Amino acid sequence: MIAWASMQADVAAPATPQAEIEIKLDARHVNFFYGDFQALQDASLAVQARKITALIGPSGCGKTTFLRIFNRMHDLTPGTRATGEVLLDGHNVLSPDTDVINLRRQVGMLFQRANPFPKSIYDNVAYGPHILGWSKPQINEIVEESLKDTALWEEVKDRLHRSALNLSGGQQQRLCLARALAVKPDVILMDEPASALDPIATLRIEELMQELKKRYTIVIVTHNMQQSARVSDFTAFMLMNERRAGEVIEFGPTDDIFNRPKDSRTEDYITGRFG
Amino acid sequence: MSRLLARVMLDRFVNALIVLCVMLAAIPVLVLLLFVLIKGLPGMLAPGFFTSPPHPVGVPGGGVFNAIIGTLEIVGIGSLLAVPFGTLVGIFLSEYGRNRIGDTVRFVSDVLTGLPSIAFGIFGYTVLVATLHHFSAVSASVALAVLMLPVVLRATETALVLVPQSMREAGLALGAPRWRVTIEVVVPAALGGIVTGALLAMSRAAGETAPLLFTALGNEFTQVNPLQPMGALALTVFKNALLPYSDLQDQAWAAALLLVLMVAVTNILARIYVRRIQR
Repeated sequence: MIAWASMQADVAAPATPQAEIEIKLDARHVNFFYGDFQALQDASLAVQARKITALIGPSGCGKTTFLRIFNRMHDLTPGTRATGEVLLDGHNVLSPDTDVINLRRQVGMLFQRANPFPKSIYDNVAYGPHILGWSKPQINEIVEESLKDTALWEEVKDRLHRSALNLSGGQQQRLCLARALAVKPDVILMDEPASALDPIATLRIEELMQELKKRYTIVIVTHNMQQSARVSDFTAFMLMNERRAGEVIEFGPTDDIFNRPKDSRTEDYITGRFG
Repeated sequence: MSRLLARVMLDRFVNALIVLCVMLAAIPVLVLLLFVLIKGLPGMLAPGFFTSPPHPVGVPGGGVFNAIIGTLEIVGIGSLLAVPFGTLVGIFLSEYGRNRIGDTVRFVSDVLTGLPSIAFGIFGYTVLVATLHHFSAVSASVALAVLMLPVVLRATETALVLVPQSMREAGLALGAPRWRVTIEVVVPAALGGIVTGALLAMSRAAGETAPLLFTALGNEFTQVNPLQPMGALALTVFKNALLPYSDLQDQAWAAALLLVLMVAVTNILARIYVRRIQR
């Protein structure tokens, strides 16, 4: 394990030499339990604002578990418990006084499989703003804006009130992204968002991510190393330890992780020796 | 080669078996429907069948107008009692009922499903008829409502459980409170199943006779006051079928056919409606 302080230093130096570093989401020494089973051990990660941070590692290493802690989605699974701190703009989201509803508005999520509501395209995107009680003209505006941000507008503007379920898989996933953007989050968590998509649809999502990172902080879980190398600014490599709990083995600029890994286990994984 | 042949033969045999089973299941239903249709059509085409109440025995003509009104009203009031309540309990079971309370409700509901329908009649009699000293349509509605309740709530629960968890997560991840996700996302996604369940319960209630025998009692006159004894199609079938007059027996067949048609039409309309709102 690399000490936390040195990890942070690694992150800072090469990526942004002169610009000031803004840490948006700071996970410190997070442990996570499903009942008695520990799924994450001492996991730390400093996510920079308006960058793409990727979590990679073999199946079962706790990537998704880690990601879902960031907006407290783990609350939905009974018998789970997280310790440590996850600071969002300095406030610990794991503390009991966190307003989960507000947290999830700030930290949106895109899931492994596109999961549009069985409603119209418009209603899907409008749902979040509707919950927030925005006015009808505001909602109309934000729907158009979100669909444009996800490059869907031209494709769907003539059938906004048709069912979202008629869209293709790639369109559905972009619609889910538009739906997440519509509530104006700061951070977007993506859980293998392209794993069910064909290469072209995957490419479109990746292109969108590059656009979106100008305004949003993105954390993406992927089991696809090429994807991580292509899209991310920072990469965290995770692995199960001997007690089957996930650990962050190495974290740094993507370029360093892929070309100059410090840990031999990272190197083994990157070069395809296991996983 | 012979191995391949054996596999092809087995495949054909199993396919034939499946077709046979489907036919065995479908034929009795079709025969029954056809039988009711043939036997019921003459009575249904008799003048006054839909528009007039029964005539006294021996007087030709007469119809089941009183029973049509009665069935609609008794089942209607019963549905008003059972469907909203049952749907809410079903939502509770699916979304919040993974615990002791939920298991208890499920158990009670399963016991209710298994009760013979005459027991619901006794319930209606004891609770409303005996206490008010009066047979009434509303006591029949209450008996039918209790009978419908387990059907409605289990159908609702089943439909909601089938909504993928990812749908709930999508809603919650947008910052929606759980109750809003339940009402605005999960329930609409399961609406087809919920409506189907409610209709199934209503169909079953419309065809029940035993719960009506000592609650609604029956009435030869057209009655709309739910506090008075009332006729119903199922009661017409039951009473007329046992009478030694062929025109009244025809009327019983026609009443049975009418019940079947009412249930069928309601189901078809509901399916069209559900399909439309889900588009």
